[in-house]
Amino acid sequence: MSINKKTLEKIAHLARLQFDEKSEERMLKDLNNMLSFVEKLQELETDHIEPLQSMTFESNQLREDKVKGQITHEDGLKNAPKKDDDYFRVPKVIE
Amino acid sequence: MALDKSIRDKYRVVIGLEVHAQLLTESKFFCSDATVFGASPNTHISPISLGHPGTLPMLNKKAVDYAIKMGLACECSITEENIFARKNYFYPDLPKGYQVTQDKAPICLGGQVWIQAKGESEEKAIALNRIHMEEDAGKSIHTEDATDTLVDYNRAGVPLIEIVTEPDLRSADEAYSFLTEIRKLVRYLEICDGNMEEGSLRCDANVSVMLKDAKEYGSKVEVKNMNSIRNVHRAIEHEAERLIQLVESGEKVISETRDFDAATGTTSSLRTKEELNDYRYFPEPDLSPLIVNQSWVEEVKAQMPALPRELKRKFMEIYKLPEYDAQVLTDNKDFAMYFDAVCQETKNYKAASNWMMGTVKSYLNDKNINCREFPVSPKQLAGLIHLVEDNKVSNTVANQQIFVKMLEIKDADAESIAIEANLIQESSSENIQPIIDEVLSEMADKVKDYKSGRKGLIGLFVGEVMKRSKGKADPKKTNELLKQTLK
Repeated sequence: MSINKKTLEKIAHLARLQFDEKSEERMLKDLNNMLSFVEKLQELETDHIEPLQSMTFESNQLREDKVKGQITHEDGLKNAPKKDDDYFRVPKVIE
Repeated sequence: MALDKSIRDKYRVVIGLEVHAQLLTESKFFCSDATVFGASPNTHISPISLGHPGTLPMLNKKAVDYAIKMGLACECSITEENIFARKNYFYPDLPKGYQVTQDKAPICLGGQVWIQAKGESEEKAIALNRIHMEEDAGKSIHTEDATDTLVDYNRAGVPLIEIVTEPDLRSADEAYSFLTEIRKLVRYLEICDGNMEEGSLRCDANVSVMLKDAKEYGSKVEVKNMNSIRNVHRAIEHEAERLIQLVESGEKVISETRDFDAATGTTSSLRTKEELNDYRYFPEPDLSPLIVNQSWVEEVKAQMPALPRELKRKFMEIYKLPEYDAQVLTDNKDFAMYFDAVCQETKNYKAASNWMMGTVKSYLNDKNINCREFPVSPKQLAGLIHLVEDNKVSNTVANQQIFVKMLEIKDADAESIAIEANLIQESSSENIQPIIDEVLSEMADKVKDYKSGRKGLIGLFVGEVMKRSKGKADPKKTNELLKQTLK
């Protein structure tokens, strides 16, 4: 499998990334290098191996339904690039 | 938009629903922020719900219990090994840039919900594809502001279940009935308040049309933003006609998402499916697998209340009530449980049903209260029913006088009220007969008319006897005795 320009553009769009043509070339090269590196793994015979879904051997890390650990309104909004007294403000979403 | 019936009848409408239900937990799905509705904006937030780097989610057990409950109520199979997944997309109300949901291993698979659409005599099972758990997003507020959208993250991370049907529904009426059942179920289970206006229950509809002899489904359109069950009905009705007209005029149906406008009852395009998001699902590495073993399922099963359909059947089979009664009585859980409790105190089930559907229901509606707040206990109500049954008071007196007093006096016993207020009616012939004799002798003319065929005069005699007994004579008994005397 290799990545062409069209796929790259799609991935970039999904990640909301933008770059110029020169960077695009470099990105294509890098991504394809990574893919061929990982492709090595395809050589392994995995027909009888269950897919690994999780890196932990633990399960059911659960908590009780209790309210705690909230932060204040002020602290929550503190790092927002744009805000008013009540809300986070983001560039207008048109849909 | 009026579509000719003969044209409409050529087509089959195919509908699948996706219903989101906000679970009634105290805290959010993966963090401990409160979930209360209507708080000031951005007050129930934490580094986890705001998606700050380095935070880790931790699963709320109760949300899982609730999802299992719904699965059991819908006869789903409960998945043992649950994996959460990340659904990736960018939108400002989704602070992490992904939603934690379930993709390949939803908690409930298959299952069905029984509906009985308007005008249908038979029940129909609507197959479910799945029920999965996921977190809610925050709320974007689009104002007149020229540059900004406002975001409130109080709702971000609130637990949801999404109930996904197979494309089994065939009309707006069926969709209406399905949603009514779902709302009834979540309310019986007490896992969601079922309020569509406030958005704790939300429904998207996938609608397509096909010629009745066609083999393949038509292209489907997804309709969103219907904030009541009635609006879901309107939106589907509108969309089905719009699609049929498109097909009839030879146009191609584009797969798209459409927005319902309640003011006009029409839909408009939001986005086409070509712009379909690629969500790039992958297993959420921050959450350990969730194993729901049999003993967990059994534990939840033990907490299940009686469900509306079981109660309806019980009311029809054991209490021998007409289907209509059973339906009305089971619309609301507290109402149904109250009725059931009354039936433990009296065997006069039909009378109990009439009281519930009439006097009690109108009182509750009038006061706008729930059956839990109803001041008369099932035992007291049964006492009143007995009083009428034993002919000690008439229905009218029971309704208009004793019931009213029972509402005012706590724990008052119907019979004591009746005795105290001198309301017990006279039904012994020794006491009624003398009044009858008196009345008939004074109205000799009318008696003559009666005997010559004016049988309607009986009402006059009964009325007069009632009047002279100060309303205490049992009208039925009086009627009986009068007829005998006049023979």
